Amino acid sequence: MNMMSEAAVEKALDQKMNAVPFKMIGKDVSVYYGEKRALFDVNLNVRENTVTALIGPSGCGKSTFLRTLNRMNDTIDNCRVTGKITLDEEDIYDPAIDVVELRARVGMVFQKPNPFPKSIYENVSYGPKIHGLARSKADFDQIVEQSLQKAGLWNEVKDRLHEPGTGLSGGQQQRLCIARAVAVSPEVILMDEPCSALDPIATAKVEELIHELRTNFTIVIVTHSMQQAARVSQRTAMFHLGNLVEENDTDKMFTNPDDQRTQDYIMGRFG
Amino acid sequence: MSTHIVSVYDEDLKYLTRRISEMGGLAEQMVAESVRALVNADLALAQKVISDDTILDEAERQIGEKAIVTIAKRQPMAADLREIMGSIRIAADLERVGDLGKNTAKRVIAVSSASLPRQLARGLEHLAELALMQLKEVLDVYASRSPEKANSIRERDNEIDAIYTSLFRELLTYMMEDPRNITPCTHLLFCAKNIERIGDHATNIAETIYYMATGAQPVGERPKDDTANTVGAIGN
Repeated sequence: MNMMSEAAVEKALDQKMNAVPFKMIGKDVSVYYGEKRALFDVNLNVRENTVTALIGPSGCGKSTFLRTLNRMNDTIDNCRVTGKITLDEEDIYDPAIDVVELRARVGMVFQKPNPFPKSIYENVSYGPKIHGLARSKADFDQIVEQSLQKAGLWNEVKDRLHEPGTGLSGGQQQRLCIARAVAVSPEVILMDEPCSALDPIATAKVEELIHELRTNFTIVIVTHSMQQAARVSQRTAMFHLGNLVEENDTDKMFTNPDDQRTQDYIMGRFG
Repeated sequence: MSTHIVSVYDEDLKYLTRRISEMGGLAEQMVAESVRALVNADLALAQKVISDDTILDEAERQIGEKAIVTIAKRQPMAADLREIMGSIRIAADLERVGDLGKNTAKRVIAVSSASLPRQLARGLEHLAELALMQLKEVLDVYASRSPEKANSIRERDNEIDAIYTSLFRELLTYMMEDPRNITPCTHLLFCAKNIERIGDHATNIAETIYYMATGAQPVGERPKDDTANTVGAIGN
């Protein structure tokens, strides 16, 4: 057998990863909170059907960048975004864009599970209802079941769909929130530290879920757990003091990163 | 490199480095003594080498255990992870070096009964000097972590291979001259092979250090000049 040289293997891998098209493109993205600048000309692209992890110390801008991807920053009064972000080549900051529709295409899961104070069923059916994605009871039933299936929660809740969502355990609540995000058939799912309030078993379930969701969705996840970033993502981006320091294949990032700051951060050497 | 936020983590890594250096020193000493015991037919020294091997074995086990616990506790990443994996590999190579020294020491009894031509002993000594120099230098490189030096050690292993091949031919000649030489010469052949293998382990260690330092495997085939496996074949 002909052994491929190391350089050839690396090139083949690069080509494989490079062949994956970009779902979202961020160009020269800067964010200001009033006078304070939180992001400095970040150029970061998100590949389709890929899990991209954003890592970095607290206050480095990773959550800020995540929130620019579905204009969550719009809800903050003095927040200003410059640069360009596209979803399938469409500028999401174009004034003609309907933000509600954008957020249906780019869904979000937050750090703390935040189910509505309603039944499990209504938590999942709410999105499709306001977006007019279903009409008949049968349609809603189907969306609720499929979404809960995708979120790996169906078997645990199918007999109590009309009980309050807030009555579930923390891990179940988070998967309910993922089901709620999935229910409106988004293209991209943003996750902001989705496991930081969960125990290791619930975390493992969510990670398993992220792995499965990747076949249908593009996922961007902010996480403080380096091990989690290494486990769930294919690409990793490292932020520091509002700058994008390095973006690389996850395997490379956690074994032999290019940038010294990445190296120091992932090895726990930041002074 | 800056220190870890968790300072005990640094202690864990330092422990591994220190134990590897100790193992290296002992392995070097065992090889040198085994060859000296062989050349001088010193049975007591051979016995000491044989018993020293247990210390080396124990050190390898302790390094392995520390490495496992450190991985479990600290979930090392990048250079730290390479450092720990490298320690496990280097400890295994050094343990094998010790085994080879011990094996040479065990043959002292069989060889000492026969009178060896002085020239043959010198050949073995020379081979051992080179192998020991490789080992010593690779241990220095371990301390400095210089990928360039690690690469140059790797390039030099073929000197040892060439001398081993010529020694092999020489031993064959002695055996052909007088069948009574066959027993001691066969033992010497194994001893020579042991010493040649030490050079290979030094090369392994150099490659591991290169990987630890750079995160990449050294490029290109290892230089080889060991043609002993074809000596005596038709046409040779």
